[in-house]
Amino acid sequence: MTRAVFERQLAEVQEDMLVMASMVEGAVNQSMEALRLRDVAQARRIIENDVNINKRRFDCEDKCIELISLQAPLASDLRTLISVLHITTDLERMGDHAEGIARIALMLADEPPLKPVPDLSRMAALAVEMLHGAVEAYKERDTQRAREIVLKDDIVDELYEQIYHELIMTMVSDPATIQRGTYLIWVAHNLERIADRATNICERVVYLVEGRVYDLNVSKY
Amino acid sequence: MRQLTSESPTIDAEDKLARMSIEQQIGRAVQPAADAIRNPPEEAVFRLHDVGVWYGNKHAISEITLDIPLKRVTALIGPSGCGKSTLLRCLNRMNDLIPGARIEGSVEYHGANIYDRTVDPVEVRRRIGMVFQKPNPFPKSIYDNVAFGARVNGIKGNMDDIVERSLRQAAIWEEVKNDLKKSGLALSGGQQQRLCIARALAVQPDVILMDEPCSALDPIATLKIEDLIRELTREYTIVIVTHNMQQAARVSDYTAFMLAAEHGVNGQLVEYGATTEIFTQPRDKRTEDYITGRFG
Amino acid sequence: MATESISLRAGGAVERRQLLSRVSRYVFLLATLIGISVLAFLAYDTISSGASRLSLRFLDNYPSRFAEKAGLRPAIWGTIWVLGVTIFCSIPVAIGTAIWIEEFAPKNRLLTIVKINLNNLAGVPSIIYGILGLTIFVRFYGMDRSILAAGFTLALMIIPMTVIAAQEAIRQVPPSLRDGALALGATKWQAVRHNVLPNAIPGIMTGIILSISRAAGETAAIIMIGGFTFIRFDPGAAIPGELFTPGGFWDGLNESFTIIPIQIYAWTIDSRREFQANASAGIVVLMAGVLTLNLIAAVIRERFRRY
Repeated sequence: MTRAVFERQLAEVQEDMLVMASMVEGAVNQSMEALRLRDVAQARRIIENDVNINKRRFDCEDKCIELISLQAPLASDLRTLISVLHITTDLERMGDHAEGIARIALMLADEPPLKPVPDLSRMAALAVEMLHGAVEAYKERDTQRAREIVLKDDIVDELYEQIYHELIMTMVSDPATIQRGTYLIWVAHNLERIADRATNICERVVYLVEGRVYDLNVSKY
Repeated sequence: MRQLTSESPTIDAEDKLARMSIEQQIGRAVQPAADAIRNPPEEAVFRLHDVGVWYGNKHAISEITLDIPLKRVTALIGPSGCGKSTLLRCLNRMNDLIPGARIEGSVEYHGANIYDRTVDPVEVRRRIGMVFQKPNPFPKSIYDNVAFGARVNGIKGNMDDIVERSLRQAAIWEEVKNDLKKSGLALSGGQQQRLCIARALAVQPDVILMDEPCSALDPIATLKIEDLIRELTREYTIVIVTHNMQQAARVSDYTAFMLAAEHGVNGQLVEYGATTEIFTQPRDKRTEDYITGRFG
Repeated sequence: MATESISLRAGGAVERRQLLSRVSRYVFLLATLIGISVLAFLAYDTISSGASRLSLRFLDNYPSRFAEKAGLRPAIWGTIWVLGVTIFCSIPVAIGTAIWIEEFAPKNRLLTIVKINLNNLAGVPSIIYGILGLTIFVRFYGMDRSILAAGFTLALMIIPMTVIAAQEAIRQVPPSLRDGALALGATKWQAVRHNVLPNAIPGIMTGIILSISRAAGETAAIIMIGGFTFIRFDPGAAIPGELFTPGGFWDGLNESFTIIPIQIYAWTIDSRREFQANASAGIVVLMAGVLTLNLIAAVIRERFRRY
């Protein structure tokens, strides 16, 4: 097959992106765990590790630019590289959101848990599921699956609304909980952003396969 | 497409491709796409219908049907031996000069079939000029080179003006205006090619055909000529054959991709459409393979 | 760390190959020198033996029983007239034929036959042309032993070789020049006239000069036609003073004549030893004439090679 070297380089840069995706997935899961278990050490590890995630993104970007300038990619090759550029940006932002959750975990570690406990776990699980699904859809070039994942974002948005109102109610009834409540609202916000970024990745998958950018998910905000 | 896993970072690309099956080429059908030939919306200068060319017993190209738009640049691309030069030569009846060449189908130029019995090839060639792959200035002075076409066609008017105007249009006036008596052969390759373009322009054609005009030139000369081509589309229709895909992408508005069954035999039109579409989202897999260099 | 420097002096196989190359160089030089020295010797021999007779008188005198007084005058006139007729008849026909074959003729079986025939005719011995000329021009058309008959015969003889040379010259013109002209809307004739011919002229000129040189030295055929060996008048000038009238011109063409090669031949076979010098002098004059023609051709070639 001609252009074997380019093929290999293209595969490598996509591999790097997938590794980055699994790093981000891990960061989200671990940051939620640190929040739940008040694990300060884990939270600190996540915050430190975010540097690695950012570095990965720049490495991927550099490789993409090198391939674009030297190899003159066209058609699907070009769309692949453009997609990698966009997706790594989304992943990096997701990593930042996970880091945000870890910071909040640090700040809430000494505080007693809030009652009633908001259902952040379910929101996190959905967000992670969407991220994971988006990456799988990319690997398989499965636009059907990508479109399905986008629909899940509505559920995440609903959950966010629900949690938000619950926390507001809690804070109104007991002003002592305001600080903790606010932080938890931020966690929910981060999770909602992660889910939204996952839909961006799904849009890129559709672009990669079909060649057009569709706005599959109109955000409420 | 390639199947990817995130377990092992060092995976052999060839191995992956070997494991790939047809079904995994999502979004691509193996049969030719239904809308592979998309004619431009602009007014058509040429209308080709089922055009084919035989060189003796060899069927060089067959069943070519497309429209060439007015005042745009149309590029013909494809691997060597696919028949793009043959197709180009059909448009100004230069194939007539090859002994044993036969044409089938119809080529309409502004509604008139140029291969009709009553049509004089000299009339055709006056309106449809040609620039060749290797610059071929005549062994005469620059002035006489440009004036040649006008003189043999009996074009009246101040010859000095005609020569100057043609040399200006070809973006070479400033470089040669001080010595028009110099031999055409004493110029550099890029200048010679622009001189040939000026020569073609002096005849006041409607269409200019270019057969790989830059393949014998250095990169700077190539870019100058590409700029010139874009300038010329204001007044002329241009059809260009090129084996350089980047050039086709830079210079043309519409691109036609041709492919032959075997070298020089049965060249067919695989896909035709706007250049941006051909190079970012080709409809036919064969086009995609050629453009991304994945032939074979 | 010390490294050995590479030796690039020829060794082994390379040395042997180079030796062969150098030897071959001297072999070819030797071949050239043999040819040149033979020619030089012949030239020296001829010039030295004919030197005593070379003078303007020699060119002005009529043949005579006395070797010192015998001259080339009628022969020179005869050669000029005969070659004149030859050139006038053969050149247009030959060039026209070459243009037809290369540019205009449809490429079919008939053309192949014509080309094969031309090639064969170029190789026919000249004496055959002499016999042909005798039969057709002298006897059948009743031209008798005249300049006209000789001129036509020589023309027939040199047309095939001239056509072949002209064909070659036309074929040498790159097709890109022709295509370039045609692509601009020129007609076939315009392309030939402005692009092909001017570039083929140098080659055609070479061919023409070679043919004329051949004709100038042709002896056997003219003897068949009946060139005389002893004439005491100027061929072609039947009535002096009326040369440039149509009547006088025609009469001139119909006269009997002699040419330089025949005169040389006559002196060579003469039993009287003194005439050998005349023969040599005649050869020198003929050579000088041919060289002059070559010079003219070279000048014409250069003029057309401006670009």
